[in-house]
Amino acid sequence: MLAHLPILQVIVPLMAAPACLILRRPQLVWMFTLLASAIAFIISILLLQQVMQTGTISYELGGWSPPWGIEYRIDKLNAFIALIISGVSTVVLVAAQTSIEKEIPQEKHTLFYILYLLSLTGMLGIVTTGDAFNVFVFLEISSLSAYSLIALGRDRRALWASFQYLIMGTIGATFILIGIGLMYQMTGTLNMADLATRLPEVAETRTVTTAYVFFIVGVCLKLALFPLHLWLPNAYAHAPSIVTAFFAATSTKVAAYLLIRFTFSIFGVSFSFTTLPMETLFLGLGLLGIFVASTVAIYQDNIKHVFAYSSVAQIGYMIVGFSMSTNAGLSAMLLHVFNHALMKGALFLALGAVLYRVGSTQLRDFQGLGRQMPLTMAAIVLAGLSLIGVPLTVGFVSKWYLVVAAIEKGWWPVAGLVLLASLLAVVYVWRIVETAYFKAPVVGKELVQEAPMTFLIPVWILVSANVYFGIDTRISVDIATAAAQSLFGVVP
Amino acid sequence: MNLSLATLLQLCVLLPIFATLGIVALRRHQNLREAVSIGTSVLVFYAVVSIYLGLQGGATIDVNWLQILPGLSLSFSVEPLGMIFSLIASFLWFVTIVYAIGYMRGHNEDHQTRFYCCFAIAIGSVMGVAFADNLFTLFIFYEILTLSTYPLVTHAGTEAAKKGGRVYLGILLTTSIGFFLFAILGTWVIAGTLDFTQGGVFPAGANTAVLGFILVLFIFGVGKAAIMPFHRWLPAAMVAPTPVSALLHAVAVVKAGVFTVMKICVLIFGIDLLSVLPTTQSLLYLAGATVLLASVIAMRQDNLKARLAYSTVGQLGYITIGALLASSMGVVGGSMHIAMHAFGKITLFFCAGAILVAVHKSKVSQLDGLGRRMPITMTAFFIASLGIIGIPPAGGTWSKWYLLMGTMDTQQWIILVILLISSLLNIAYLLPISMRAFLFKDPTSNAAVGIKEAPLPCLIAIGITTVGCIALFIYPQPLYELASSILQTSSIAHGQ
Repeated sequence: MLAHLPILQVIVPLMAAPACLILRRPQLVWMFTLLASAIAFIISILLLQQVMQTGTISYELGGWSPPWGIEYRIDKLNAFIALIISGVSTVVLVAAQTSIEKEIPQEKHTLFYILYLLSLTGMLGIVTTGDAFNVFVFLEISSLSAYSLIALGRDRRALWASFQYLIMGTIGATFILIGIGLMYQMTGTLNMADLATRLPEVAETRTVTTAYVFFIVGVCLKLALFPLHLWLPNAYAHAPSIVTAFFAATSTKVAAYLLIRFTFSIFGVSFSFTTLPMETLFLGLGLLGIFVASTVAIYQDNIKHVFAYSSVAQIGYMIVGFSMSTNAGLSAMLLHVFNHALMKGALFLALGAVLYRVGSTQLRDFQGLGRQMPLTMAAIVLAGLSLIGVPLTVGFVSKWYLVVAAIEKGWWPVAGLVLLASLLAVVYVWRIVETAYFKAPVVGKELVQEAPMTFLIPVWILVSANVYFGIDTRISVDIATAAAQSLFGVVP
Repeated sequence: MNLSLATLLQLCVLLPIFATLGIVALRRHQNLREAVSIGTSVLVFYAVVSIYLGLQGGATIDVNWLQILPGLSLSFSVEPLGMIFSLIASFLWFVTIVYAIGYMRGHNEDHQTRFYCCFAIAIGSVMGVAFADNLFTLFIFYEILTLSTYPLVTHAGTEAAKKGGRVYLGILLTTSIGFFLFAILGTWVIAGTLDFTQGGVFPAGANTAVLGFILVLFIFGVGKAAIMPFHRWLPAAMVAPTPVSALLHAVAVVKAGVFTVMKICVLIFGIDLLSVLPTTQSLLYLAGATVLLASVIAMRQDNLKARLAYSTVGQLGYITIGALLASSMGVVGGSMHIAMHAFGKITLFFCAGAILVAVHKSKVSQLDGLGRRMPITMTAFFIASLGIIGIPPAGGTWSKWYLLMGTMDTQQWIILVILLISSLLNIAYLLPISMRAFLFKDPTSNAAVGIKEAPLPCLIAIGITTVGCIALFIYPQPLYELASSILQTSSIAHGQ
């Protein structure tokens, strides 16, 4: 059983998806989905433990040995990412049934859970597989279900947002496919480990460079790296709240994983950062993304938009860490992948609670919420502080590692810019705080109650995680640094 | 009670924070709720005094809580400067709570539970700052202090309060995250440690240009020290209720700022290194300019609290100068001034609050003839003014004396002149207030108006701090000893 964990990680949610059709009753389907996601979470914990103790696990699908058969390969990096995905998915699902009751028509509830599970399958699949073409297959599974999930949003704008994402996402996926195709053409293999050994022989060719560039651009579209982020804000703002919370915490992380995997393990640092000018490119785009997106976030009136743009900015931080191509920089990036999932999961879920009670996430509708929904608002404030990077929250840990990495590399101005950028976060978080706590509710508007427990519990689990991992950083830092070291040490 | 010193030290930080639970639980019983505050403040003061006595016996304290990042832990220890700061803060907390009870009730303020809670957290974090063993711990409590005082500043909930709060938080967070944290990270990368160490942490031969840059970041980054141009938060914070202005923005918060500056100068850079850094001199002039400008601005303020706030900005400049002089006299003078100014300024604020509660006046120009109606308050105001100016019989005399000695030691003649001019300016903006109160006639009053003082708790508090001002003049010895041992590698300084 334990030996089959790598494939079970993907199979469990995949098989659970059609099984939902049998259950039919939304309540039952919800519990079943939650169960499936929880099992996936437990599997990922076990896998991570196993990997941290014994090293990389290789699983041969159907007993066909690589590079002919498909290989699932679990190392510290993807075990860590899989843990984030399945963990956030499980916590977010707790609130799902309550949330969608108000946002999605009853008859589509089962459909919603099926799509959710398929999306989860896709993400876990991308992360666990050791086969480049498999990556594309799972990417399509997760993307197609994501388009439909976003289209389930409350009003017609969701359709447009979904369509935008569909176009951009398809371009991205096509680029990725072209990239993989060119790699296959040059090396005759699709297995990642095999690719890694064969690519250096042909690294000097233009085809390989083209392959890399196609692939990276495609991934950056999925990653929503500035300026390829245009699909993201609307998709996040108009999708059902649960979907937003889930995607904001996970989907861009998957793209970040692909970026790391292909750059560091497959093409290799020297190819990406010496032969190609990736350092300058990513650093520039990262910093630009941080500043532009944070500034845009300040001027948004829909709070979902605020945090969506903030997500684009946070991706900028990750990319700045990535661009350093040092052990410390990569650790900082991985830490931020983890920490950002906690922050944004908490924030978007809390926004879901606000939407559930108030029916809107416009800034003006936050007036007086500090009194009416004290626990939800306190959660938003705490998660917001974490986003800013106040000490004793995870945001501080990320910032600390990122800035230390920058200074160690001698990038003093970058370090300063990264710190200054956190001040932009202060502005957009504080707009919410002031509105919620200092403005009296609009006269004549109905007073609302605190969010139901099904919301409060998962929100506060995530908020507590924000604080816990901000104080006791051993787990997250150890895993992130170990994963980064393994990428710089041996090829997977 | 036989608690170990280490336990006492942790209690100083934790007691106020746990007291919030009691305060919230008893929110429906005003008297009990305030009893919790008073009780906690007495206990904390007792703990601090016990630590002080223990240190006199030569004990050392090291408390390690947990390691947050590898090599960076939340840990505490005691050294003389922190001792001075914690003694003052805990003592004045007790006094302020007494005062606040009279003020908040006399003024019918809302949300008193939230007020006392945030107050307690703020004091807990001040203790954390005072006893921090490394910059990292200090920074964490420094930030908690900022965030916990934000609800106090915006207490009134009005548009003005919101604006004030925005400036307050904006400047303090901008400087602390943008500069202070940057400087800490730079220190960490260059020195490899953030522990406060006698003589500094930087390895010999480190690039002085970079270190000079870091020093600038530190001085601007510790926004709570209110060096211009990052002083605007302090006048903005004056929208808070007077007890907040008194304790936090005359003592706890601002002193946490200059305390941090002093600690960084002495225990991170070390005064030997400090004196050779290329930026020290210009920062010194900047602090001097702050002193002068703040005094000039203070003269032009008609709002009493605003005038006191600018006066505070100026006086903080004195302490920063003391730290940057990089001489033992400067350090002694600066550290003593932390205490002297605390007692003087808190008295002034108490008086301002008392005037507001009793006769509802907040402008200097309205105070004509007030000496007859509020003789106790205005007498206290007069004595405290002397303390700030630095003339007998108040404690400020000594600290200014040592600061002047420090400038002569280091031959900073310009700074010397600035300090002297500033003292004259202090006279020009503080004494007229007392003169108006005692010598001028109230134009609106008829002789029938009798004495109308503030509520009794306020008067008691004012009395205690005024006596403190005078006591520090007559009996400055313990304070001097503490201040002069800051630079010695005595048994008191740092654990090992």
